[in-house]
Amino acid sequence: MRSAEHNNRWLQRFHIDGQLFVALLVLAVISAFTVYSASGQDWGMTQRQVIRIGIAFLGMLVIAQIPLSTVERFSLPMFTLGVVLLLGVLLFGESSKGAQRWLNIGVATIQPSEIMKLAVPMTVAWFIAEQGLPPTKRRLAAAFILLMIPTLMIAKQPDLGTSILIASSGIFVLFLAGISWRLISFFAISIGAFIPILWMFLMRDYQRQRVLTFLNPESDPLGAGYQIIQSKIAIGSGGVEGKGWLQGTQSQLEFLPERHTDFIFSVFSEEFGLVGVIGLFAVYGFIIFRGLIIAMRAQKIYQKLLAGSLTLTFFVYVLVNIGMVSGLLPVVGVPLPLISYGGTSMVTLLAGFGLLMAIATNKRLVMHD
Amino acid sequence: MKHKRVTIRDHHAEAALFARRVFVSLIIVVAVFGVLLSNMYQLQVIEHQSLQTRSNDNRIKVVPLPPNRGLIYDRRGRLLAENRPVLSLEVTPEKVADLDQTLARLQAILQLTDDDIAQFHENRRRERRFNQVILRDRLTEQQAAQFAARQHEFPGVSIEARLVRHYPYGEAITHALGYVAKINSRDVANLREQEKSANYAATRVIGKLGIERYYEELLHGTIGFQQVEVDIHGRSIRTLSIDPPVPGQDLHLELDIELQQYAHDLLGDDRGSIILMDPRDGAIRAMVSKPSYDPNWFAQGISYAQYQSLLNSKHSPLLNRSTQGGYPPASTVKAQIAILGLDEGIIRPDTKIWDPGWFQIEGVDHRYRDWLAWGHGWVNVTDAIVESCDTFYYDLALKLGIDKIHDHMVQYGFGERTGIDISEESAAVMPSRGWKRARFNQPWYAGETVSIGIGQSYWTTTPIQLAVGTAVVVNSGQRPVPRLLAAIQEGEVKLPAVVENKEPVVLKNDKHWNVAKNAMDLTVSSIKGTAHRAFKGANYTSGGKTGTAQVRSLGQEEEYNAEDIAERYRDNAMYVGYAPADNPELVVIIAVENALGGGGSVAAPMARKLLDFYFEQEQKYAQR
Repeated sequence: MRSAEHNNRWLQRFHIDGQLFVALLVLAVISAFTVYSASGQDWGMTQRQVIRIGIAFLGMLVIAQIPLSTVERFSLPMFTLGVVLLLGVLLFGESSKGAQRWLNIGVATIQPSEIMKLAVPMTVAWFIAEQGLPPTKRRLAAAFILLMIPTLMIAKQPDLGTSILIASSGIFVLFLAGISWRLISFFAISIGAFIPILWMFLMRDYQRQRVLTFLNPESDPLGAGYQIIQSKIAIGSGGVEGKGWLQGTQSQLEFLPERHTDFIFSVFSEEFGLVGVIGLFAVYGFIIFRGLIIAMRAQKIYQKLLAGSLTLTFFVYVLVNIGMVSGLLPVVGVPLPLISYGGTSMVTLLAGFGLLMAIATNKRLVMHD
Repeated sequence: MKHKRVTIRDHHAEAALFARRVFVSLIIVVAVFGVLLSNMYQLQVIEHQSLQTRSNDNRIKVVPLPPNRGLIYDRRGRLLAENRPVLSLEVTPEKVADLDQTLARLQAILQLTDDDIAQFHENRRRERRFNQVILRDRLTEQQAAQFAARQHEFPGVSIEARLVRHYPYGEAITHALGYVAKINSRDVANLREQEKSANYAATRVIGKLGIERYYEELLHGTIGFQQVEVDIHGRSIRTLSIDPPVPGQDLHLELDIELQQYAHDLLGDDRGSIILMDPRDGAIRAMVSKPSYDPNWFAQGISYAQYQSLLNSKHSPLLNRSTQGGYPPASTVKAQIAILGLDEGIIRPDTKIWDPGWFQIEGVDHRYRDWLAWGHGWVNVTDAIVESCDTFYYDLALKLGIDKIHDHMVQYGFGERTGIDISEESAAVMPSRGWKRARFNQPWYAGETVSIGIGQSYWTTTPIQLAVGTAVVVNSGQRPVPRLLAAIQEGEVKLPAVVENKEPVVLKNDKHWNVAKNAMDLTVSSIKGTAHRAFKGANYTSGGKTGTAQVRSLGQEEEYNAEDIAERYRDNAMYVGYAPADNPELVVIIAVENALGGGGSVAAPMARKLLDFYFEQEQKYAQR
């Protein structure tokens, strides 16, 4: 590893982690091919997706160049800005599909919850790192409140998927910071107790419906259960070897809803089979493993916590999406990271990987200091 | 650890703590991937078969394909029933955004009637939303062009070509050929009972009459299937496999359409029947029933009003007079009575009786009048046929008695169906004591036997029975089964239709056939013959027997005058004949209802024209 880094001074200089970069590129290629198939061979959509990937990759490389001290300094201001924008969304946001997620700031519409995907782990990591590991109970409590503010604001929009991702990103920081197992048990029990409250007061009808349908999709095969049933049919009918690229009848004949966005994994599984799925898991697994390695090797606590949290949040993305399309989890509207059609999550995710790369390549600079 | 928190941070302890947590995370990550992967294994390997099936159920639709109906040809290969492509305007409701508005605009552009729209809504209820529903059948070329120019304005509306049965000769052949019409609920029940429903899944019409009905099974063919891939909207995307339908078999009839048309025209506006049949094998060359109607009305979908007018017409056009019309045979069966008299030994060929112009049963006042008021004088059996002397047969019938007459006549097929290959046939009535008892609960009277002698009283025959009865005489007892079908096309080969003759009529003395047949020859050739005038100058020999049937019995002193009497009570003019006289190849049966004249003056001249035409035709085609 060390010699490889020696031989890649060029990569080091531009703060690029070669292994991570290659793995992400593989996902980008898979994304392009799968979107082409899932969009009904819509060349225009595929082109847009490729352009987005390109822009997101550029963004990743730019972020990787930012000194980590700057990142750390900007954590709290970014968080504060995010909260203000979220407040703006709740007050003046634009609706789309029954949810207020977008804020029109004159020149463009932005989705403040995306900022929070980075700002929450950065801020919580900064807040914990300031004190050192393991954190005191008071600091933990403060950190918890810190992460719950945006989580609840986003859940209120409502955007359950994103609020889960943001809450996890903060909780992962706390977990990695060494929060005691007793506290972890306490939280687990609290969450258990929170579920009825969530169900009765915080969830919207359509969210409840999703959960009910998840519990028994066949109870409503033409309505809400339809998505899950068709998705499972798509995955299962792919078998071991898959039906072949562009040959997935479930997706090509439009039996699968939202097949190029949230349900793109079903298309992939139908066309590439279990073999393809294992390959995709391997790439995801490699990225997560690499992310954790980077976290381990990072010198500063802030960097360790941030790298670990970003990596595990990425894992949650994968888990929630694949879990929901294969019927293990309720449908909560989380895209398959770096594969699903759509630009917002792509940009945020790769920005996160930009930070990871900055952390990965920061080590040597620290040593030279 | 808790108490170790001091200003100097233990970087190693921090790193170790973090490393342990990362390790725990890694284990969780691996475990979760394990769960996800095992779930994928569950779906893609263990449940693969059932989910694959459900995927196929989603996308594969089986579409039944109707077989093309077999064609029907006449004996010289002319097409009598064909399948013609017609253009129809069809709407797929699912693809139409605003159905009412679309229909209104189409109605304006194509001048559709309100009936068309109502019918469309009726049809629509029976079809699924993504199936095409006929809005207007048989578009005119102008309508098709008008629509084609604006088709882009009507998504979901298209012009489709369908095959519709067409009968180019129209009403000339209706009763023999029959027709197809839309499958109705009764047909559906019948098909289900015969377990043929599956074969008709894609079929819209079924044979309802005549040949089309009788040979439905041959003509229909076998259904085919197409597996198509459909998308979620039910649109078919592509054909996966096709099991083509087997078209129905083509049929060749014994009919000669030129002869048929000629006979049809010959009857003009008269009601009645004409049959031309080969006595040797029962092959029917022409079979006409008048009045007739256009079978294409039914094939294309008859309107209720049209159907009611046919049903309620007092002239009963729907009746096939050739096979269902019960006509008193009158003198046309004198040959058969004579044969029975000879064979029973009641008369001999030279037995003569005196005909004063009437007959009386001993001790009864009632006079049975001869058609020739002043009588035929001394007549033997031959004269009695040639001149059609009634008195001779009054006497003979009385001597024979109803039982003998009945038992003999049923051997010719009178009073039972001939077995012709159409379903519309009636047995008519060959009366007997038993029949009368059952029908009227009355005994048989001798006077009725007297009338039976000249083919009157309760005795009715269908023209096709007369054809068989006449054939039996010229065949010296052989009794053919009349048939329209000549052959079935089996690939390149024509399989001839074979029908076994019925039980022959056996006489004690075969010479008696010749006596009767000779007399029928003389009816044409002898100057005294009732058909002599009609066949004068014919360039072929023939024989025959005229008949003039009373539709209503006259009072004792009443004079019959065709001009004066109400049309419906006029006599029927009948003729049975054959040609050539020796070794006949054709029997001809003419029945004209309520004619302005009798068998000799109305029916026999028709037979003459038909035979002239027939031999001309035979000569013409022989030369080719």
